[in-house]
Amino acid sequence: MSGTALDPTTAPKFQVAAKALIGDSQLRKNVRHATKVIQTKRAKVVGEMPDWEDLRESGMQIRQHTMRHLDYYLEQFERNCRAAGGEVHWARNAEEARQIVVGIVQASGAEGKSPTEVIKIKSMTTEEIQLNKALEAAGIHAYETDLAELIIQLGHDQPSHIVVPALHKNRSQIREIFRREMKLPGVDFSNLGGTPQDLADAARRFLREKFLRVKTAVSGANFLIAETGGVCIVESEGNGRMCLTLPETLISVAGIDKVVPTFQDLEVMLQLLPRSATGERMNPYNSIWTGVDKVSPDGPRAFHVVLMDNARTEILADEEARQTLNCIRCGACQNACPVYQQTGGHAYGSVYAGPIGAILTPQLMEMHHAQSLPYASSLCGACYEVCPVKINIPEVLIHLRNKVVKQQSAGLKLLVNPEVMALKAVALVFRSEGVFRVSQKLGRLGELALSRKDGQGVGWIEWLPGMLGGWTRVRDLRVMPKQTFRQWFEQRGKDAPGRRAGDAVEKADGDGR
Amino acid sequence: MGAEVVAEGAREEVLRRIRAAIGEGSLADAAEIRGEWQALPRNYKRTASLERAAILEMLEDRLRDYDASVVRVKAGEVGAEIARVLAGRGKRRMVAPKGLAEAIGESLPAGFEFVVDDGLTVAELDTFEGVVTASTVAIAETGTIVLQNVPGQGRRAPTLIPDYHLCVVRAEDVVETVPEAMARLAGTAQLATTFVSGPSATADIEMTRIKGVHGPRFLDVILTE
Ligand code: SF4
Repeated sequence: MSGTALDPTTAPKFQVAAKALIGDSQLRKNVRHATKVIQTKRAKVVGEMPDWEDLRESGMQIRQHTMRHLDYYLEQFERNCRAAGGEVHWARNAEEARQIVVGIVQASGAEGKSPTEVIKIKSMTTEEIQLNKALEAAGIHAYETDLAELIIQLGHDQPSHIVVPALHKNRSQIREIFRREMKLPGVDFSNLGGTPQDLADAARRFLREKFLRVKTAVSGANFLIAETGGVCIVESEGNGRMCLTLPETLISVAGIDKVVPTFQDLEVMLQLLPRSATGERMNPYNSIWTGVDKVSPDGPRAFHVVLMDNARTEILADEEARQTLNCIRCGACQNACPVYQQTGGHAYGSVYAGPIGAILTPQLMEMHHAQSLPYASSLCGACYEVCPVKINIPEVLIHLRNKVVKQQSAGLKLLVNPEVMALKAVALVFRSEGVFRVSQKLGRLGELALSRKDGQGVGWIEWLPGMLGGWTRVRDLRVMPKQTFRQWFEQRGKDAPGRRAGDAVEKADGDGR
Repeated sequence: MGAEVVAEGAREEVLRRIRAAIGEGSLADAAEIRGEWQALPRNYKRTASLERAAILEMLEDRLRDYDASVVRVKAGEVGAEIARVLAGRGKRRMVAPKGLAEAIGESLPAGFEFVVDDGLTVAELDTFEGVVTASTVAIAETGTIVLQNVPGQGRRAPTLIPDYHLCVVRAEDVVETVPEAMARLAGTAQLATTFVSGPSATADIEMTRIKGVHGPRFLDVILTE
């Protein structure tokens, strides 16, 4: 993958991009390894939570409630953030958001001079709007400080995962990038060791000087707290804390979907997110801050939040797709997706890859681009089962396929499109939960005839009949797990007593993926 | 600033779009919305289920899991334990927040240099071998220590720049679950707050958890009863 930004307006169709990437066996190996490790860790820490389903339910309901009253909560956030000394800006689209950020950065320098550097915390929202390019055009270099984003930036690469953006690179590839690209006066990175520890140490040396020197930082936000006007950022390495604490000016760019009603609601999100994202009970650091500290000099003296729409209100207006906005960007659906595991993230032509990308990207493009993405799924339901806020991704995919087909048939005046017929049938299935379950079961049965086992006893499907054949032309498909999570979950109590829930989850989750 | 000019009318336009999208949801008043929020289901665990001793053990266990070291001492032994731990680590010159001695209820041990942070610069903070602080609350289930900008804990930068953090946690501040911790923090939610779960770490390279990237690479905890 070259340095060309992942841009859904110019990206090739998924089926074409995927075919090319599937030929890269190193990439597939890296992606498979990483997704497998995260899935195992996730299954373990989710399994130790007997109230996981209750947390998911609350998570979903909090998000739904927020969306239902989004105007109220955004205004409340704005009021409280301003009262605490923060500045709140609104942006209708990416272009406005970029201009606002560039404007604030330019004004943040000493003696009215624009700084030439900013430090950045990993943020998919700023990737979405290709902020770094806009900063660069204004003569401002943005240093990515998250280890994975640093690997991407130095490697002139693009993120392939929303939580672990460099998951498609292995240690020796990373070492090559660092040896080639890391330049720091007085430090020689050319004989860098190849262990993950060596590489992390190099990143520490390379970035520390920047943390202590650069006075303006740009971040995203995990949660905006309406009740207090506070912002919460969840991270691991401490680069986030550096960017949030040491600079004089901090600019946080957030989609309008990032708001939560109350501080208390974080008790749900902060349990769901780390376990789903990295398979940890808690990630190393969560920072919560409110405006600027006027009493003790703690943190930046100027704090700006940019609230960005960029087609989110379009999604909000589509009742069947609105749940897309509930996403807390944990990446669990990517790790669980049999398609993503084979293609990696770049095939999706967007910084949002995998199942969430397949539903989010075309909608952020107002369905004008990325129309092949809703087809980048086998509808196996693995994404829905792991989603911490219970987004029914298959349901939204079907809905969007319908939209695509409608748009295309409107344009091309197709009289009879077999796909339209088929999709209408599938849509019917997904509209009812009961029918969905039955058809998942049937899917598993129907698959048996088509699957074969690979060397590790994992089931694969190489050929699908009829209209589905386009799928297996470019990729093999893993067979669906024998049990859905839901089946396992409902059966749990009926199984042998005393069995630890975690063992069962691992089995159910690990089976066949 | 140019920013406002750029996006003139954006606020009204975005809010208008939202209201058009959600329809009647936007007509509810604050009391109705509050009522709806209060009625949201919260059937997850919100109170402790373990005995005190088991909760403390769980915290220890989870902290060790993150590669933090933990020692338990009785009240009155904290100062001596700080001395023992720092000597063991070979640390001498430490930064400390205002009000640390009061927060731990004992005076700081002799033989070390504790420089009080009264707005030290970033460059000055970078010269210390470590930092000692108290804590607001600790969560056993997740192995988390919560720091806030209050006496004994102080600003965020001193617990970030030095490579070593020694943190004193009082047993009465340990809760079992995340919701219990959030309830305790609710009254001071506006203070700068940091949840620390082990030393800084990354799993960005082949999903291998590597201890220590930018935050303190070493974390010791003294748990006092
Ligand atoms: S859709 Fe669900 S599983 Fe996927 S990233 Fe969003 S919250 Fe996570």
